Amino acid sequence: MNEAQGLQIDWAGLAPMIIVFAAAFGGLLVEATVPRARRLPVQVALAVAALAAAFIAVVLNSGKNAAAFAIEGTGLGSVVLDGPGLFLQGTLAILAIVAVLLLAERRTTRGGDFVAEAAVVADSAADRAQQREDGATEIFPLTLFAVGGMMMFVTAGDLLTMFVALEMLSLPLYLLCGLAKRRRLISQEAALKYFLLGAFASAFYVYGMAMLYGFAGTVDLAGINRAGVSSGQPRMFLYLGVAMIAVALLFKAAAVPFHMWTPDVYTGAPTPVTALMAACVKVAAFGGLLRVFNVGLASSAWDWHLILTIIAVATMIGGAIFAVTQRNIKRLLAYSSIANAGYLLVGVIALGDAVGQTMFYLAAYGFTVIAAFAVVSLVRDGDEEATHLARWAGLGKKSPATAVVFTVLMLALAGLPFTSGFTAKFSLFAAALQADELGLVIVGVVSSAILAFPYLKVVVLLWLNEPAPDAPTVNLPSPMAGTVVAAGVAATILLGVAPGPLLDIVDQASVFLNT
Amino acid sequence: MDEISYAPASGLLALSWALIALPALGAAVLLLAGRRADKWGHWLGVATIGAAFALAVGMFASLAGLDDKSAHLDLFTIISVGDLQIEASLLFDPLSAIFCMLITGVGLLIHVYAVGYMAHDPGRRKFFAYFNLFAAAMLVLVLGGNYFMTFVGWEGVGLASYLLIAFWQLKPAAATAGKKAFLTNRVADVGFLLAMFTMLGALGSLDFAAVFNGAATLSTGASLAIGLLLLAAACGKSGQFPFQTWLPDAMEGPTPVSALIHAATMVTAGVYLIARSHVIFSLNADVQTAVVVVGALTLLFGAIVGCAKDDIKRVLAWSTVSQIGYMFLAVGLGGAAFALGIIHLLAHGFFKAGLFLGSGSVMHAMNDQTDIRRFGGLWRVMPLTYATFAAGWLAIIGLFPFSGFWTKDPIIATAFAREGWQGWVVGGAALLGAALTAFYMTRLFVLTFHGPKRWTEDVHPHESPAIMTGPLVLLGLGSLAAGGLMASPVTTWLTPVFGEHHEAHGHLSHMQVTVATTIVVVLGAALAWLLFRGGTDEVPRAASWPVRAARADLGGEAVNRGVFERPSRLVAGVSVAVDARGVDGIVNGLSAAIGGTSRRLLTMQTGFVRSYALSILSGAVIVVAALMVVVVQ
Repeated sequence: MNEAQGLQIDWAGLAPMIIVFAAAFGGLLVEATVPRARRLPVQVALAVAALAAAFIAVVLNSGKNAAAFAIEGTGLGSVVLDGPGLFLQGTLAILAIVAVLLLAERRTTRGGDFVAEAAVVADSAADRAQQREDGATEIFPLTLFAVGGMMMFVTAGDLLTMFVALEMLSLPLYLLCGLAKRRRLISQEAALKYFLLGAFASAFYVYGMAMLYGFAGTVDLAGINRAGVSSGQPRMFLYLGVAMIAVALLFKAAAVPFHMWTPDVYTGAPTPVTALMAACVKVAAFGGLLRVFNVGLASSAWDWHLILTIIAVATMIGGAIFAVTQRNIKRLLAYSSIANAGYLLVGVIALGDAVGQTMFYLAAYGFTVIAAFAVVSLVRDGDEEATHLARWAGLGKKSPATAVVFTVLMLALAGLPFTSGFTAKFSLFAAALQADELGLVIVGVVSSAILAFPYLKVVVLLWLNEPAPDAPTVNLPSPMAGTVVAAGVAATILLGVAPGPLLDIVDQASVFLNT
Repeated sequence: MDEISYAPASGLLALSWALIALPALGAAVLLLAGRRADKWGHWLGVATIGAAFALAVGMFASLAGLDDKSAHLDLFTIISVGDLQIEASLLFDPLSAIFCMLITGVGLLIHVYAVGYMAHDPGRRKFFAYFNLFAAAMLVLVLGGNYFMTFVGWEGVGLASYLLIAFWQLKPAAATAGKKAFLTNRVADVGFLLAMFTMLGALGSLDFAAVFNGAATLSTGASLAIGLLLLAAACGKSGQFPFQTWLPDAMEGPTPVSALIHAATMVTAGVYLIARSHVIFSLNADVQTAVVVVGALTLLFGAIVGCAKDDIKRVLAWSTVSQIGYMFLAVGLGGAAFALGIIHLLAHGFFKAGLFLGSGSVMHAMNDQTDIRRFGGLWRVMPLTYATFAAGWLAIIGLFPFSGFWTKDPIIATAFAREGWQGWVVGGAALLGAALTAFYMTRLFVLTFHGPKRWTEDVHPHESPAIMTGPLVLLGLGSLAAGGLMASPVTTWLTPVFGEHHEAHGHLSHMQVTVATTIVVVLGAALAWLLFRGGTDEVPRAASWPVRAARADLGGEAVNRGVFERPSRLVAGVSVAVDARGVDGIVNGLSAAIGGTSRRLLTMQTGFVRSYALSILSGAVIVVAALMVVVVQ
């Protein structure tokens, strides 16, 4: 009992996660109690309200720099509330609100993009019958569980908590990937691939955790860091542990050569889920990478610097080169997200010098990519999305507003000035230069140049080509998806024109708690 | 030399900005209001220029009442970088006052005339917008208090000139002429820019006062460079050798444009620039000689070509080239002759504007024909046009007591006063030019208004409406009297700018020159009268080589083609080839290489989970191996 009395818990600090998880359980209860017809508005309202409340709670927590659990004043590492953790939690909450609105879109296609009963065999008669029904609303609690897991992932201070968070964010995503209403087989295949490979990567994680525990005698990141200097154990354990943990995290971050799942899953998953993955999972994965390498492995930086540099170069160049020949807009965005993972890795390698800029990049990229996928979900051949790029030819003539929006987003991804893409890349590479990573910056700029080609090709396609006679229609979005696009474009331009305030915030929030 | 300083503006003179703002506002309203202004737009254009004229007269009177004849006004700072400060400043002194009066006064008459001339043109509102824009830019040019502001106006009038020459842009000849004028001026404008850079480098300022006061400290090289560069800019704007070719082509614009821009005002900007910079030009005898040579050469060049042309407006255009040559000659001679150049400029503004408007009236009557071989006998059907044209003709050939006599003769006399053999050469050229002027102007006059009718069948000549003949009469009166009335007072008026005037004495006395000039003028005019009073062939005849050369603009076009066009085309062709084969080859090769690499590497993306897992595993092996490598080291 003495121990329990000595345990201090920062409930306010935990509040964001508690709110999100509670809302997720509440969502399950809604599924069980509320009549089917009324579930959608209730679920959306619940999810948005919970995420907004979580964001407010994060804001109220700002400035904290301590562990959430402590025994008689000594922090336990499991959940750490520090600048980067809180900033990323807030970013996740906002991006998740936007993603939830996109999940709730029902106007562009009847019943939405999600299947009503996932258990029905694909392409059977029953499956065709349920095409008319509204999509399942379980997606909202699933999303909340995943987002809660991500928020926990970016604040996890020891490897064990991090592992729990990793599984918590991954499992709902595997499910969500398989819930597409159309092209269900591809969707299910994507879910299965993601699950199998995710499980494979998790195994690496657990193995690496065991190695590091063997080396350091603790799973606490700060403790591992101290052990990197003082432990008497063979360093072989450390290297194996670092390697295995890195593999698992780089898998989530979609770095080359752990990226192979990305194009398949991004293409197969329902587009709103792809948007969620591209924006939020990327934030979570890099939040974890930043914390592990900055807090846990800073003392062994000299050991892993080479291999992480190789991976960053391979990811930047590989992602860009793969993207050049893509003919499918979702695959193009998937490879672009791989290349962007490479740029973000530069921020990880630069360690403390670039933490703030990496977080800025994550926020900027998240908004842009969510809006891009939202636009993708609007351009339709009948009920299906027209994802083949040839179908987008001449869109500027038929739907100039949509084409203008998508052009802005493409230019932002290509990193042109006056968009967030430019400010983000510029500040990130400038920070990397501060950390003497000139070579990586050169590779990053070359990669950006290559990657600009496919983006600009899309712009050319939109404006300078004649539309096909049976060109796809752009469905008028409901206020839901409309808000997503507007918010994404607004953030893209705002962060490009006036990045100052957010850069100040990330600057203040860029120091990890290191004890 | 005395320190040059400009007094701050006060009272009415502090309104010099409004002089520019009025026509600028007119242009803005006319351009922005669009079709809604079609009905009343031209009257707005006339009203703004009229108001500007009234203001200019008032300011002129105010300035006359001041002791130190200058009014300097700083509006705001345009550029402020380190030590470099460039203000939007205006200077109203006797020189700019005269130009303001000329621009707004003659401008007003031509605006009124254009109301009638452009009455049936669907683009009349746009025309008046550009016309007002021109007036505003021209006023910036002459009111600018530093070289930067002058340059702003300089480029502004270039733009307005381009827009108005190519006003009938659907006519290929007009579009080409507009481009030609613009490009030729751009080339010459580089001289202006380089001159400004040199001033900034040597003196650190573009302010007139600072530059003129510091000019004495300039090295010979710097003053030579600034002088020659400014001369190049002036030659471009004023259609002087070797930039003369654009001006005759500019006649493709509507006739009021030719009268205002390409006769009375804009083309004299070069003279203004040299007169304004007289301190710099007076410093260096070589620069002065260059100006004199340009002037003498151009006045003969223009007069010779003018003798061979059959297009009424082109004859007048070459005559303009020639007359501005006289002005250049005057300002090149320096000293007292600066004022002579300005006086000739004023007189020329009147009589040439009148001649152009008269030619416009003739064209109006003759279905827009311009070929003098198909005119003849018009004096009977359009008496007012005839009388005013006659006044302009008498003024330009310079018979006593008409304008040209008072303004051209002193220039010729001063040319003879130049020391040594140069005096004989330059004076002789000026005298020969006067004879040629008398010849070609008489030819033009006789072929147009006298002799047998050689009209094409479908024309029915008639006198122009009052709105056109009114300005003609006023300009005709100005042509006759302006020279005699202005010569002496203007010289006195300009004394604060150019210093005291001393009569030059050289090889010939003023009286001897006057007699000689009168003789050659009468001879030239009489010869033309005898040759052309019976009309002329309606198609050109094979002619001797001097006539052929003159008809071909004395090779000006051929030189342009050989020296500029052919080499430019060659360079362009080579660049295209290098770009297509070399640069594109590299770029396309690179992109093909990347695309090929991309396709080859993407074959790894099989879609099988097993191969994906293998990729992860091999990645893990590499990571471990790399860490081991680091350890072993």
